Amino acid sequence: MEAAYQKLVRLESQLHPEGVQRAPLWQFVLWLGFFGTVLLWGVYAMFLCWFKGLNQTNMNDYYGFALWIWADLAVIAVGGGAFFTGLLRYVIGKDPLKYIINYAVLIGFICYSSALLILAIDIGQPLRGWFIFWHANVHSMLTEVAFCLSCYFGVLCIEYIPLVLENRKLDEIPFFHHTAHNFHEVMAIFAATGAFLSFFHQGSLGGVAGVLFGRPFAYRPEFYIWPTTFFLFTWSAAACGPCFTILVTKITEAITRKKLVKDNVVELLAKIAGWMLLTYSIAKIADTLYWGFVMLPKHGLQITDFYTNASLIYTKLGGVPWILLIEILCSVIPALILVSKKGRQSKPALVVAVLLGSMCAMINRWVMVLQVMAAPIMTFDQFALYFPSWQELATTVLPVAYGVILISLSHRYLPVFPQERELNPV
Amino acid sequence: MGETQGHGHQEGNGHAQGSKYGMVIDLDKCTGCGACMVACMAENNVPTKPDETNKLDTITWMRVFKLSNGKAFPEAETCYLPRPCMHCGGKHDAGHSPCVSVCPATATDYSYKTGIVSQIYTRCFGCRYCMGACPYKARYFNWWDPKFPADMKEYLSPDVSVRMRGIVEKCSFCFHRYQRAMDRAFYEGRELEEHEYQTACTQACPAGAITFGDLNNERHMVHKVVNDKHEGHAVLQGRKPFRLLEELDTNPKVYYLSARDWVVKAGNASLRETSPADKKPSGGHH
Amino acid sequence: MFPFSFEWHWDMSHIVFMGGLWYAICIMALGVNYVLGKSFMQTIKGDSGHGHDDHGHDGHGEHH
Ligand code: SF4
Ligand code: SF4
Repeated sequence: MEAAYQKLVRLESQLHPEGVQRAPLWQFVLWLGFFGTVLLWGVYAMFLCWFKGLNQTNMNDYYGFALWIWADLAVIAVGGGAFFTGLLRYVIGKDPLKYIINYAVLIGFICYSSALLILAIDIGQPLRGWFIFWHANVHSMLTEVAFCLSCYFGVLCIEYIPLVLENRKLDEIPFFHHTAHNFHEVMAIFAATGAFLSFFHQGSLGGVAGVLFGRPFAYRPEFYIWPTTFFLFTWSAAACGPCFTILVTKITEAITRKKLVKDNVVELLAKIAGWMLLTYSIAKIADTLYWGFVMLPKHGLQITDFYTNASLIYTKLGGVPWILLIEILCSVIPALILVSKKGRQSKPALVVAVLLGSMCAMINRWVMVLQVMAAPIMTFDQFALYFPSWQELATTVLPVAYGVILISLSHRYLPVFPQERELNPV
Repeated sequence: MGETQGHGHQEGNGHAQGSKYGMVIDLDKCTGCGACMVACMAENNVPTKPDETNKLDTITWMRVFKLSNGKAFPEAETCYLPRPCMHCGGKHDAGHSPCVSVCPATATDYSYKTGIVSQIYTRCFGCRYCMGACPYKARYFNWWDPKFPADMKEYLSPDVSVRMRGIVEKCSFCFHRYQRAMDRAFYEGRELEEHEYQTACTQACPAGAITFGDLNNERHMVHKVVNDKHEGHAVLQGRKPFRLLEELDTNPKVYYLSARDWVVKAGNASLRETSPADKKPSGGHH
Repeated sequence: MFPFSFEWHWDMSHIVFMGGLWYAICIMALGVNYVLGKSFMQTIKGDSGHGHDDHGHDGHGEHH
């Protein structure tokens, strides 16, 4: 028994990247087992939704978009680190980012595959999902989302595959070795295509709410066909995505108890994210003011209409529209920390900043999905409450478990962090 | 959004000459009896649920809202407001309904021939974006497989398809009745008469509160009422037709009449006396 | 999605939207085929690949 286990350990260790230390196999299996169980719970809920239909959720005719759509928008926003880091590294030429791009791509891959999965659960007739492509209405923001999202997921696969092929054993196969190498050579083209597609799907996700002229809470002025939320979403994804990449890197470092990326790399990315966040928060504040004091009065509404009434979840706490304030603070505070050199260099401040930066996008997406649905429009309509069912929660936790598993596998078997060997000599 | 939708390209230019079916609902006549809702469900094969207590996922193409002026006795007043799909014309009445413009699969479309917003059940894949877009909450999702109590199956209308689970449906202005009437009129080589195409709710209303017809046809009552023509005065009695949420540029085709000021004010946010925020929501399912 | 589906119209929106989309798809398809083709040729030529210098590009790892 013992001998068989030792043999297994020896064989398995041959799959590890060269010159790095990995956790003992039993520990790794336990870790996978825990998250695998969570994953199975989510998969069970997923099949329930597929076979029994969306009556398994607590959504209703007032909340046609709910937790899932928020989760979708949120993972796509924080997954924006992949396209933006790729753009900076390959197109703009910020060379040091090559030490974090692999991880950014991996996180993006997880986020986008999760988003596609959630979308597949979220539609009432999953088998007709392809209608969105086949019968495309090019004027719908959701069509734009579907096309760009799927194509960009293709780009992420292309960016992730070379990393897989660099596994020690796979790399020994000449064809795989060449393929990985050749992919890297033309990666700039894919990165540019990815940035192009991301610009449009991040934006059109913002457009999804922004074009709803029947919903004054969401509706925004349009440039050509795109409402301001189109640009704000792209911008915030480019700002908050890298924050999330840094956050996950820091969490990975804490869990593996190793330094995986050098500080100068992280600081460079943090600095760029900081400036993006700062400009974003200015744009967001301007947009909110214009919406509140120009757009709404045109529709006979006042900004306070949306921050009074009904439920504490969306409204005022002591007379303050708290969710709006938190959203804005979550972009201003991290921005100020990250643009200052001192802030970036202090580890606790950096972690707080990237945490708030990631939350910034998540709260914004929450507001643009659930609060949009919650706000009654007809003056005599009621405010409906919604709380997700366990099936919805399980399927939303599913991507998290899946992400942890994929990161763990990738970290164990693939050279995700090029600086790991140098930073942690065995 | 830039261009016209779907088939609009072929028909779009001529749509001024096309029909524009719409409704006028006299809120001062409506007693809130709910006959329109029942007639609609029967006419359109709307499925039932074993337990209908949760109104948030019950399908009601036609729904009667109960409005109150929020005052205490003896000033308390109630108004019942039937709400079908408004068949919105969208901005500039050009056919960009809130829901049609967002549907990614072209599963709901605006007809420039009739002004009716259609729903293509076999094409809808249930993303529910249109539900989010409709400010009148006129769209309903089929959360369950359609179920009818055993004997009721015999009463299903053969003209209307039963919808499957996982898709969105809404009021169609009884479009199958239009098709039936059009077939006959075409066969007999004449124009459609006003009485030939009437929705089920219009005919069921015992108070005669609903008037239905072609808003573009000068001989139809709805046209006269909405355009304040001579004969319409008997109906209008000095009241001005209004629409719900007119300020949002949705261009609904359902008009309401009421002599009560607070009811008219409830139609649009800018007119309202008290913000809905200031009082407990008075609207509710009847 | 295709000009033969009946929702299709030869208008600006379709040309811009679908044009952009098919352009992106073509670039990706061409790129992938180029890489696979080139790698296939290199493999056939018997170049083991481990000899040449491919340090210094992107996060390719430092395992050479
Ligand atoms: S009332 Fe709602 S469903 Fe009907 S046309 Fe208007 S937006 Fe569409
Ligand atoms: S639910 Fe159906 S009709 Fe509504 S937007 Fe989605 S596909 Fe179109």
